[in-house]
Amino acid sequence: MIRSLQRVVRSLGVLLVVVGLTFAIFYVAPIDPALRMCGKPCSPEDLEAARGFMGFDQPWWVQLGTFLAAIFTGRTFGSADVVVECAAPCLGYSFQLHQSVTELLADRFPVSLSIALGAVALQAVLGIAAGALAARRQGGILDRVVTGVSVIAASAPAFVVGLLAVVVFALRLGILPSGGYQPFSEGPLEWARHLVLPWATLAFLNGAIYARLVRSSMIEQLGLDYVRTARATGLSERRIDGYALRNLALPLTTLIALDIGALLGGTVITERIFGQPGLGALLLDATATADLPVIVGTTLVGSLLIVLANLSADLARPLLDRRLAVGRRSSRRPSTPALPDQNPQENPS
Amino acid sequence: MSTPDELLLLHDLQVRIAGRSIVTGLDLTVRAGRITALVGESGSGKSMTALATIGLQPRSAQVSGSARLGGEELVGRSAQEMRRTRSREIGMIFQEPGQSLSPVMKVSTGFRHVLAVREGIRSRARAAARTRELLTSVGLPDPDRTAASYPHELSGGELQRVVIALALSGDPSLLIADEPTTALDVTVQRGILDLLVRLVDELEIGVLLITHDMGVVGEIADDVVVLKDGDVVETGPVRRLLAAPEAPYTQALLSAVPRLSESLERVSSTAADRPAAGGAAADRPAADGDVEGTAANSADGPGGEPAALADGPGGEPAALAAEPLVVRVESLSVEYHRRGGSHRALEDVGMEIRRGEIHGLVGESGSGKSTWGKALAGLVPAQARTLELDGVDPRTLGAAGRRAAYARVGLVFQDPASSLNPRRTVGWSIGEPLQLAGNVPRTEIARRVKHALDVVRLPASYTSRLPHELSGGQRQRVSIARALILEPALLIADEPTSALDVTIQAHVIEVLRDAIEATRFACVFISHDLAVVGSLADHVTVLRRGRAVEQGTAGEVLGDPQHEYTRALLASVPDPARRLREGDGTAA
Repeated sequence: MIRSLQRVVRSLGVLLVVVGLTFAIFYVAPIDPALRMCGKPCSPEDLEAARGFMGFDQPWWVQLGTFLAAIFTGRTFGSADVVVECAAPCLGYSFQLHQSVTELLADRFPVSLSIALGAVALQAVLGIAAGALAARRQGGILDRVVTGVSVIAASAPAFVVGLLAVVVFALRLGILPSGGYQPFSEGPLEWARHLVLPWATLAFLNGAIYARLVRSSMIEQLGLDYVRTARATGLSERRIDGYALRNLALPLTTLIALDIGALLGGTVITERIFGQPGLGALLLDATATADLPVIVGTTLVGSLLIVLANLSADLARPLLDRRLAVGRRSSRRPSTPALPDQNPQENPS
Repeated sequence: MSTPDELLLLHDLQVRIAGRSIVTGLDLTVRAGRITALVGESGSGKSMTALATIGLQPRSAQVSGSARLGGEELVGRSAQEMRRTRSREIGMIFQEPGQSLSPVMKVSTGFRHVLAVREGIRSRARAAARTRELLTSVGLPDPDRTAASYPHELSGGELQRVVIALALSGDPSLLIADEPTTALDVTVQRGILDLLVRLVDELEIGVLLITHDMGVVGEIADDVVVLKDGDVVETGPVRRLLAAPEAPYTQALLSAVPRLSESLERVSSTAADRPAAGGAAADRPAADGDVEGTAANSADGPGGEPAALADGPGGEPAALAAEPLVVRVESLSVEYHRRGGSHRALEDVGMEIRRGEIHGLVGESGSGKSTWGKALAGLVPAQARTLELDGVDPRTLGAAGRRAAYARVGLVFQDPASSLNPRRTVGWSIGEPLQLAGNVPRTEIARRVKHALDVVRLPASYTSRLPHELSGGQRQRVSIARALILEPALLIADEPTSALDVTIQAHVIEVLRDAIEATRFACVFISHDLAVVGSLADHVTVLRRGRAVEQGTAGEVLGDPQHEYTRALLASVPDPARRLREGDGTAA
C-alpha cells in the first residue's frame, strides 16, 4: 500500500518536471506568441498590451503558477472589455484557433483513443501468437519467417509501411478508404473500416517487438524446471503453453501498458498518413503554426498518459506475480522440526 | 520374461546424443514395494536414463533398447502415447522443489490441472477435496494453507512434499525420484526420505531413486545399480553392495563418502594423539594475558546468551593453542535492511581462530553461515564488540588500510563454474589479485601463479587453459589457488565442495588440508554437511537462525553434542552404513 502511494507520488513528481520542461519551451523557443497576436503593423504598445492580455508580462514563476492553478480553477485572459474564458481544466488557450487547449484535446482524443486501443489489441494478439508459435517450432520455417518479418518490421520506417498500405489497399485494390475518421457514434462499421489501415500499420510495426520478446522468453520458459515437471505429470502441451505465457504476463503487461500510453498521446506520422485528426496531427499542426499553448498542452497530456500507463503497469505487477507483493511475506519456514530455539545456553554438562 | 512384481524393466537401454553415447546398455529392475537406487556421479547418465524412460529426453537424443513398464514396451511409443503413460502410470519427482512449480500459480491451481488429466476430475469441489487428500497423505500438516499458497510462500521441504503429492495423483505404480533431496537441508531431507519409505510400504509402489549420495542409498534403497559414464559398474542388493562392493569404482565411491562415524574417530584420535588436555586449555586465559577467552566462551554476548560450552574433556590441542590468533571476534551481528523492515542474519556470534586451524561452520540454509564469511571478509557491514583480523581491527583503519587488512582474507565460493571469468585463462585468474595489488613484476606473478598451482596440485601447464576446459574439481582447485596467491592469513571457504561429486570432493578437501599444513593459514570452512566438516575441522560452530547454538572442538560438538539442534542435525545425516550397523535392512 505504502509502496503504491510512493509510486503515485513519484509519478506526480515526474509530471511536474514535464510541466516545467514544456513550459520552458516558451522561453527557449524563438517565438513570441504575442507578436503573432498583435497583428501588423505592431507597435510596441500593442505588443505590450498583447503580452499583458496573454499573461506573458509576468515573471516565469508566476506564469508557471498561474498555469498550474488554471488546471484546477480555470482562467480568464485579459480584463475589462475583451475577456477570454478558459474553463476549469484549463491547459492554456490557443489564440490562433480561438479555442481552449482543453477543448481542442477533447475533440481530438477520441480519434487517438480509437487508433490506440485497436492497434494495441491487434499488435498484442498477433505479436504474442507469432512469438509463441515461433518458439514452439524453434528453427523451423515458421520460426524463420516470424524472425525475418519481425526484423523487417522493427527496422521499417512508419511512413514507408503506411504509404505502402495506402497504395496497395486503398489505391490499387480499393477495398479500404485511404484515410479520414468516422466517429464511432455514426456507425461502428464505418468507424472500423476507416481505422483498419492505421491499426494494421501500427500493429505490424510494434507487433514485431512482441513477437521477439515472446519468442525468446517462451524458449527460456519452456526450458525451466516447472515445465519439465508439468510434462512429467502428463499435462498437455497446450496447457504447458498456457503456463509459460502466464509467466510472461508481467513483461507483456508492462509492454502493452506503455504502448497504450504512447499511442494515446498521438502518433504523429501514422495520423498524418491516414488523415486521422488525432492528437498527433494536432501537435504537428500546432508546431507548423508555432501555436505554443497547443504544443505545451498536447505534450503535457501525452506525457500524462504515458505516466499513467506506466503507473498502472507498476501497480499491476504484484497482482501478476505474487513474489513481488512485499509486506505479504506470510509465515514461512515453520516446517523444520520444532526445537527449542530460545534457550541454546542450556548446558546440561 | 517379467514376473508380476517387476514394475519397470530396463534392458540394454541406450541413449545417444549427436552420436555420443550417454547411456550404453543399461539393465535395471524396479519391483513393487521396493526402492531401486541408480547411483552415479555427474555425467554418468543417470538423469538421462530417467528422462528417456518417461519419454522426456531431449529431442536430439536417440533411445534404443527396451524399457518395459508393467510388461508394456515404452521405447518407440509416440509422444502422445508417452504423455498418456506419464499421466496414468508414472509419478516423477525432481531435484529443485523451488523451481518445480510455476511461480505465478497457486498450488491448488496446479493440482486442478493435473487432477483433470491424471484422474479425470472436472469439478472444482472434487479437485479441492482430492488435493487436500493428497497433500495430507504426504504429511503436510495444513493442506488448506498449502493449497492456497504460491510456491514462494512455502519452504523447500513443503514444496518437495507438494511435488510428491502431485506425482502420487492418479495412483501411479512407479515413482521416479531424481535427486529428490539434494537441494534440501539435512533435517528436511530426513523427513522426505522417511516419507518415501512410508509411501513405498503403504502403497506398494516401486521407486526408482536417482542419486549421487551413497548416504541416501544406504538409508532407504533396497537394490542398487551403480552407473559410471553410462555404463553399469555393479548391481546388487544394498546390503551386499555396501558391505562388500566388488567393482573398484564402487569401492572408490564408497570410500570417498565422508562419514560422520569416521570423522568422529578422526577427531577423537587426533585429540588423543596430541598431548592436549582440558586442564591446559582451561588454564590458558590466565597464563596468556592477551587472550581473553577460549573460542567457546568468547561467544557470550553482553545481552546474555553464553554459547554453550566450557572446554570439555579432549579440549583444544596444545600445539594449536600456541599459535597466534588470526580471527578474534566477539558478539558480531549483521542486520540486512530491506524495504519494510530489517532482518538479523547474524546475532551475537563470536569466534576465535588460530593460525593453522580449521574452524567448521555448520548450519542449514538461512542460518547465516555465508553471512559470517562475508562479514569476516568485510563484504557486509557488521557490528561487533571485538573484530580483529590478524591482530588489527579493520574498523579503526582508513580506507587503504582497511583494504589491505581485508586483502589478507581469501575467499572460495561454492560454484567454481561461475566464480571464474570464463574468457580469461586460469593463469590470469589466479594472478589477478596480484595484479590488482600492483607493483608486482610480471615474472614474479608468473612464478607465484606456478607455485599456487603446485600447492593445489595442478600442473603448471594449466596456466594457459580456459575454465571450460577444466573439470569441476579442477576449477575449484583453481579458485583455491587464486584465494591463496596473496598468502592470506585467513581463508574463507563457503561450501567449497557442495557442487562437486564425492570422489572429487574428497580430493579437493585433501588439497585444502595439505595447503593449510604447508602454509599454516587459518580457515573458516562453511558447510551444510556435518560429515565433511567433521572430517576436516578442528573447531566447530553450529549456527541456527543467526545464532551460535553450539561451539567447541570438533570432538566435543560432534562427539558429545549438548544442544538439541546439533543432535537433530547429527541424527539427520544420511549414513551409508547405518542400516548395516543397526542390522534392520530390508534387503535380501
